[in-house]
Amino acid sequence: MFLEIKDLSVKIENKNILKNLNLNINKGEVHAIMGPNGSGKSTLANVLAGKEDYEILNGKINFKDNDLFDLNIEERAQEGMFLAFQYPVEIPGVNITPFLHSAINSKRKRMNEDEIDNLSFAKLLKSKASDLGINIDMLKRSVNTGFSGGEKKRYEILQMSILNPDLAILDETDSGLDIDALKIVTDGVNKLKTKNNSFLIITHYQKLLDYIKPDCVHVMVNGSIVKSGGSEIAAEIEKDGFQKFQ
Amino acid sequence: MNSETLNTLDSYSKNKYKYGFVTEIDDEKPKKGLNEDTIKFISLKKNEPEWMLDWRLKAYSKWKKMKEPKWANLNFPEIDYQDIYYYSAPKGFEKKPKDLSEVDPKLIETYNKLGIPLEEQKVLAGVAVDVVFDSVSVATTYKGELEKLGIIFCSIGEAIQKHPDLIKKYLGSVIPPGDHSFSALNSAVFTDGSFVYIPEGVKCPMELSTYFRINAENTGQFERTLIIADKGSYVSYLEGCTAPKRDDNQLHAANVELIALEDAEIKYSTVQNWYPGDEDGKGGIYNFVTKRGLCAGKNSKISWTQVETGSAITWKYPSCILKGDNSIGEFYSVAITNNFQQADTGTKMTHIGKNTKSKIISKGISLGKSQNTYRGEVSFLRKADKARNYTQCDSLLVGNKCGAHTVPYIDSKNNTAVIEHEASTSKINEDQLYYCRQRGLSHEEAVSLIVNGFCKQVLQELPMEFAVEAQKLVSISLEGSVG
Repeated sequence: MFLEIKDLSVKIENKNILKNLNLNINKGEVHAIMGPNGSGKSTLANVLAGKEDYEILNGKINFKDNDLFDLNIEERAQEGMFLAFQYPVEIPGVNITPFLHSAINSKRKRMNEDEIDNLSFAKLLKSKASDLGINIDMLKRSVNTGFSGGEKKRYEILQMSILNPDLAILDETDSGLDIDALKIVTDGVNKLKTKNNSFLIITHYQKLLDYIKPDCVHVMVNGSIVKSGGSEIAAEIEKDGFQKFQ
Repeated sequence: MNSETLNTLDSYSKNKYKYGFVTEIDDEKPKKGLNEDTIKFISLKKNEPEWMLDWRLKAYSKWKKMKEPKWANLNFPEIDYQDIYYYSAPKGFEKKPKDLSEVDPKLIETYNKLGIPLEEQKVLAGVAVDVVFDSVSVATTYKGELEKLGIIFCSIGEAIQKHPDLIKKYLGSVIPPGDHSFSALNSAVFTDGSFVYIPEGVKCPMELSTYFRINAENTGQFERTLIIADKGSYVSYLEGCTAPKRDDNQLHAANVELIALEDAEIKYSTVQNWYPGDEDGKGGIYNFVTKRGLCAGKNSKISWTQVETGSAITWKYPSCILKGDNSIGEFYSVAITNNFQQADTGTKMTHIGKNTKSKIISKGISLGKSQNTYRGEVSFLRKADKARNYTQCDSLLVGNKCGAHTVPYIDSKNNTAVIEHEASTSKINEDQLYYCRQRGLSHEEAVSLIVNGFCKQVLQELPMEFAVEAQKLVSISLEGSVG
């Protein structure tokens, strides 16, 4: 099993958010999680990435034959887990290019691969950026600083395509995007998809799933997955909302 | 050993023979404590003319009546001036480590992280090796090139011998010996330092650095530096080195004077990385430095850039007196304190001439249990019409046991003056750390990236090569404080 979440319960500040959640994702699959606000979707993404604010009450997560709880945030990232943030944070003064260069090399180091040199990296970055329709000038700026909402999301996708993760989690990447930006983002995902990597797409709306075809759709309500199935579920939600699952 | 090294070694041994009597004098034991005899001893050792000795003795008599300035937010035990050696003769070879294996491994580790070549490490650690002579020969090459342009770059001791007119005219003209007790002390007992004179209209073609100066190895604890840029000239001067220096002296009280005449520009960059003391706050250098520049002529410019990461105590306010009309003063500073370090640093901008401008960018980073204070004074005198100042002070706190303080003084006697002041204090943001780590960077790498980003505005003012080293130094200064 590639990713296996078993009976996961999580709380934050005395509030139970995830309740005995189960989810399995195989290599090469795209899964979507849909759910109303406050159902625990973002918590799941952050628990997977290793954010330290949460208390794990019970359950296990297995990722690529690792007990995920044995790995810290950066080790998970280096093992190939990527989280595209809902609200990417600004880091003034930290230039995008060296930032991503350090990131890719820390991953290569863990995988016992040679580090990529400045020149090859600059070439890689430029070609990936132009694939995503990102202006080269943007690469001279500081991480997320002064970016519009759409630019931030596009930049998340650029980072994803550079780091080439085994498991990419997209946390409401579609929120706040106009249709053109949405196309760029979903194109990026579709280009990156192979039979060796997997995607977990968290979304509130069905629209994103018009562009990315999931193998499996899960409905999450009150911290648990209440229904799983094919893309017909997304259509059901589009028509009737989450009401009937609650 | 290659043939070149052999040659320099050979010539060195000849020189040593030639100046054999110097070695003899050095065998005398230096005396502890400060009195007129100490000063006479120093002056005699340096073979100084009578007027120089008089100057020193006058400064000493002023010092006797003075008390240490107390404005800083610092806490340290009283200094016993009678318990200090004021003249440390060049150390004998037998006292020095014979090779790097005798040097503190922590120091070597830092050198390696900074990417300093092995041969240079030996010089910095004070290992007695022939590489010193190699750098002397490098220095000589540079010196020849500078001489062709009429640039004087030598030790202050040499300048007193060879250029007495310039010394008499300018020494103490910006920092009078009676300014405060540390300047009086320095004036009385200074033993070494640099002298630079750039003639009219000459743009110095290279960064001048103490590193390339002969005798650089034994810069004393009471350094005195004097830089004069004549009309229309330009010079960029680098002080110090990013590598931590092995040093046994506890008290440092350097004086640096800059004079820029009409249309001249001086850029002075410092990276200070003296021993900061250990994790428990034991040991470390007390660094009481007076740095002041005089924009004497019209359209002149003086710019100070400093990166302060070392010393147990830093007390330092590089200042500009903007006397010439349209003159410009700048101060860019990064001060990082960790463990039990204390820094009280900032600047003084005194606007005297019309249309004078000053700019202050200060970035303070506090970690561990350290205290970091920005103290700045901007004053506008009556005749300083349409003068302007812009001040920006940012503080970054890492952890919750450290302190950041900002103490700006503003004094305006001219109502056409424009003053802008911005200040911010922030804690290192957990979301930023999470974001960086999610991309695979370690906690330490992430902190270092964020702090370097915070300092960027200042670091980019440093000369190119220096900036890269300074960035690494910033990262090293943060070690052990996070995670």
